[in-house]
Amino acid sequence: MHDLHVVDLSRLQFALTALYHYLFVPLTLGLSFLLAAMETVYVTTGKEIYKRITQFWSKLFLINFALGVATGLTMEFEFGTNWSFYSSFVGDIFGAPLAIEGLMAFFMEATFVGLMTFGWTRLRPGQHLAVTYLVALGSNLSALWILIANSFMQMPHGAHFNPTTMRMELSSFTDLIFSPDAQAKFVHTSIAGYVTAAVFVAGISAWYLLKRRHVDLARRSFRMAVLFGVLATAGVITLGDALGFVGAQAQPTKLAAMEGLWKTEQAPMPFNLVAFPSQQEQANHGAFQVPYVLSLLVTHSLTGSVPGFDQLEREATTRIRDGIPAVAALQTLSARPGDADALAQFRAHQKDLGYGFLVQRYAPDVSKATGAQIATAARDAIPQVAPVFWSFRVMVVLGLAMLAYFVLAVIYTMRNRVERKRWFLKLAVWMIPVPFLANEAGWLVAEVGRQPWTVYGVLPTWMSASTHGVGYMVFSLAGFATLYTTFIVVEMYLMVRAIRRGPDDHADTVPNDTLLADRMAGYAEG
Amino acid sequence: MELYAVLQCTWWLLLGVLLLGLAVMVGMDMGVGAILRYVGRTDAERRVALNIVGPHWDGNQVWFVLGGGAVFAAFPLIYATAFSGFYVVMLLLLWSMILRPLGFEYRSKLPSAAWRNVWDWALLVSGLVPMVVFGAAIGNLFHGVPFHFSWNLTSTYTGSFLGLFNPFAILCGLLSLSLSVFMGAVTVMNGATDAIYERARTLVRVGATLAIVLFAVGGFWIHGMTGYVRVAGPGAGVAQTPLQQQVILDAGAWLANFHAHPLLWALPVLGFAGMLLGLAAAGARRSHLAWWLGALAWLGVLGTAGVALFPFLLPSSSVPAQSLTVWNASSSRLTLTWMLGFAAVFVPLILWYTSWAFYVMRGKVSAAAVEADEHAY
Repeated sequence: MHDLHVVDLSRLQFALTALYHYLFVPLTLGLSFLLAAMETVYVTTGKEIYKRITQFWSKLFLINFALGVATGLTMEFEFGTNWSFYSSFVGDIFGAPLAIEGLMAFFMEATFVGLMTFGWTRLRPGQHLAVTYLVALGSNLSALWILIANSFMQMPHGAHFNPTTMRMELSSFTDLIFSPDAQAKFVHTSIAGYVTAAVFVAGISAWYLLKRRHVDLARRSFRMAVLFGVLATAGVITLGDALGFVGAQAQPTKLAAMEGLWKTEQAPMPFNLVAFPSQQEQANHGAFQVPYVLSLLVTHSLTGSVPGFDQLEREATTRIRDGIPAVAALQTLSARPGDADALAQFRAHQKDLGYGFLVQRYAPDVSKATGAQIATAARDAIPQVAPVFWSFRVMVVLGLAMLAYFVLAVIYTMRNRVERKRWFLKLAVWMIPVPFLANEAGWLVAEVGRQPWTVYGVLPTWMSASTHGVGYMVFSLAGFATLYTTFIVVEMYLMVRAIRRGPDDHADTVPNDTLLADRMAGYAEG
Repeated sequence: MELYAVLQCTWWLLLGVLLLGLAVMVGMDMGVGAILRYVGRTDAERRVALNIVGPHWDGNQVWFVLGGGAVFAAFPLIYATAFSGFYVVMLLLLWSMILRPLGFEYRSKLPSAAWRNVWDWALLVSGLVPMVVFGAAIGNLFHGVPFHFSWNLTSTYTGSFLGLFNPFAILCGLLSLSLSVFMGAVTVMNGATDAIYERARTLVRVGATLAIVLFAVGGFWIHGMTGYVRVAGPGAGVAQTPLQQQVILDAGAWLANFHAHPLLWALPVLGFAGMLLGLAAAGARRSHLAWWLGALAWLGVLGTAGVALFPFLLPSSSVPAQSLTVWNASSSRLTLTWMLGFAAVFVPLILWYTSWAFYVMRGKVSAAAVEADEHAY
C-alpha cells in the first residue's frame, strides 16, 4: 500500500525538479535558433560583427545549457526512482518517446554542441553554421518527444489495458505521436522558448544600450530579438488558444479549474476575469464576470456550453461505480490468469478502470466500497482550483504584456527611436524574468490541472508513486534543495559576470554599475 | 522461435550495446575526471586534460541518458523496480553526474585557484562515484536484490542501502572503476604530451593490472556462487507477469550457460585479452590501439556478466519466483518493434556523427592552445 505522505512528497519533489529544469530549457530552445539566425547572417553577409554577436550569445547559451543538461538527468530517472508504479504501468507507451528523444534528438544536440563550442577554427564557416543548426534542431526535436510523452499523460491516445500483463500497452504508435494535444502543445511550448530567448537577448542588449557599451552589437542583437519576439509571441498566443480548445474536450476538469467553473450554466456562459475560488465551499468569491466570453473562448461559438464541477462530479460518481467491477475482476485475474468470467467482467467495465482505482484509495477491497467512500473519491476527481485558476491568469496576462512590449519594440526599432527612449530600454531589462514566470505558470496549469491523475482518466496519482518511506523522501528532497540552490547561485553569478564583461572579455571595460547584477541576484533569491 | 521472443532477445542484445556505449564513452570521461588531479599537477596541465574530452563529454553523456530511456522503453519493469529499489544509490549517482556538466562548463570561467580546485574535486567525485555504482549495481544482480510485487505489480523493496555494498558488489564496482581509469588514462595519452602523457601512461598500467586481477577474482567467485534457475512458468515469447514462474537457487548456476554453450567462453577470454594487450599497447606507446583494446575489454566483461545472468535481468533474493527476466519484464511486441526500427536507424547515425566529431577534433591539445582559446574549458 502507498503511504499518502510519500505520494505528496514525491509530487513536491517532481514539481520542484521539473520547474527548476524548466527554467533553463526554454532559453536553450529559443536561443539555439537565435544563434543559428545570427550565424546565418554572418555566413551569408561575411560581416565580422555577426560572428562576434554569435560568439558572445553562445557564451551565455552554454552557461544556461550546462544546467539544463544537468537537471535533465534527474528528469530521465525520476520516473523510475519516485514513480515506480507509474513507470511499470504505462512504461510500454511512455518509455518509447523518452528513448526516441535520446536516440534522435538529445544525442545530436549534445554531440554538436561540443563542435559548436570548439569547432570555430577547425570547421569551415558553412560547416560550423550547419553544426549550429543541428544543435537547434536537436534541442527542438528533444522538446517534441518529451511533449509527446507528456501529452500521453494529458490525453492518453493509442493505448489499451492488457489484463495478461496487468499494464497499459501501446495499440497504435501513430495515434500516440499524432495526438492533437501533442501537436498543439509542442508548438505552443517550443515557441514559448523562442519568446523567452527574444526577451532575454533584447533585455541584455537594452542594458548595453543604456550604458552605451558595445552599441553596434547591442543594436543589431536587439533588432533581431524583437522581430523574432513579436512573431513568436503572436504564435504562442494563437497556439495557446488551440491548446485550450483541444484540452477542453480531453480534460473537462482542468478546463473547469482554469475557469473556476463550479456550476454548469446555460450558454452563452460568462468568463470569470477575476475570482477567488474556494475549494471548501465549491464556489467563487468576488467574481468579476464578462458575459458571453467563456463560450466564445472555449467552444468558439455563442451556443456552446462548458460543464462545471457539479456535472463533472456526478459523471465521476457514475464512472467510479462502473469501474469497481473492473478492478475486482483484475484482482481475480491476478490470482487466476485467464479466468473466463473475470475476463468477461473486466471487458464489460474496462473503460472505467481508472475511476475504480480512484475509490481504491479509500476502499482497498473495492467491492465493499460504501456510498460515502465513492462520494469522497468523486470529489477527488476535481483538482485544486485556485492554483490552476491563478496560474492560468498569470500566464495569459504575462503573455499579453509581452506581446504589447514586442509590438512597441518593433515600432520604435523601425523608426530608429529606441535608443532615445530610455524608459523603454529600462523596461526591456525589467522584462527579462517575465517569460520565465509565464513558462512556469504554464507548467503549473498543465500539470496541477491534470490532478488527481498521472494519466488522465486512467491512472490516479495516489497509486503511481514508489513505495518509499518518508525518510527516503526527506533525504532526497533535502539533497535536491541543497544542490539546486547552490547551482542556481553559481549559474546566476557566472551569467551576470559574463554579461557585465560583455563580448570583449577585457576586464577594464567592466563598469562600476551594479544595476543588473543586483537585480539578477534579487531574482535568484526570490 | 516466436517472433516476440526474437524481439526480446534482440532488445536484450541492444541493451548490452547501449551499456557498452555507456561504459566505454562515459567511462572514459569519468576516468579522466577521476585521474584529473593526478595527471595534472598545475592548472594549465589540468586544463589540457579537461580539454582533451572537452568537445565530447556532452555527447558521450547521452549514452547514460539513452541507457535510462532504453531500459524504460524496452524493459519498463526493470526501470521501475531497479531504480526505485536502488533509491539512495540512484540519487548518489544522479547527484554526482549532475556535477559533471557544471564542472566542465563552469570550472575555468573564473581565474580563482580556490574556485577551480573545488570544481576539480567535483569532477573527481563525479568520475569516481558513478563508475563504482555502475559496477556495484551489476554485481548486486548476481546475489539478487530483495524486492517483491503486489497483485497489481506494485513493487516494494525491502533491503537497505548498506546491503548493496556487499563484498562481491564492491569488487565489481572496483573493476568498473579500474577499467574507466584505464580508458581515461589512455584518452589522456591520446591527446597530451610530455609529463601529462607519462603520468597517464603510469595510470594505464595501474588500471589495467587491477582490472585483470579483479576480473579473475570475480570469475572464481562466481564459480562457487549460488545462482538462480528458472524451472517452470510461461515460456519465452509469451506475454506474462512476474507472478507466474518458479525459480530455484543452485550453486554454480551462473556458469550454466557457459557449460551449455562452450563458445561463450570467448567472452571472458576477450575481456582478459583486451586488458592484457591494452596494457602492452600502452607500454609500447600505441595509445589509440590501447583505447580500442580497452573497449574490447569492456565488451568482454559486460558480455560475460550478461550471458551468465541470462535470461535473468534482476533476480529477487526475497521472493526468487518473482525475479525479473527478459521474458517477463519486457515491453509489448508492438513497442519493441517500433523501438527496434528507431534504434536501427539512429544508432548507426549516432556512431557516424560521433566519429566525425572525434575526427574534427583530432590531434594533441597544448597548454598554449587552451590558453589562447576563449571557448576552452
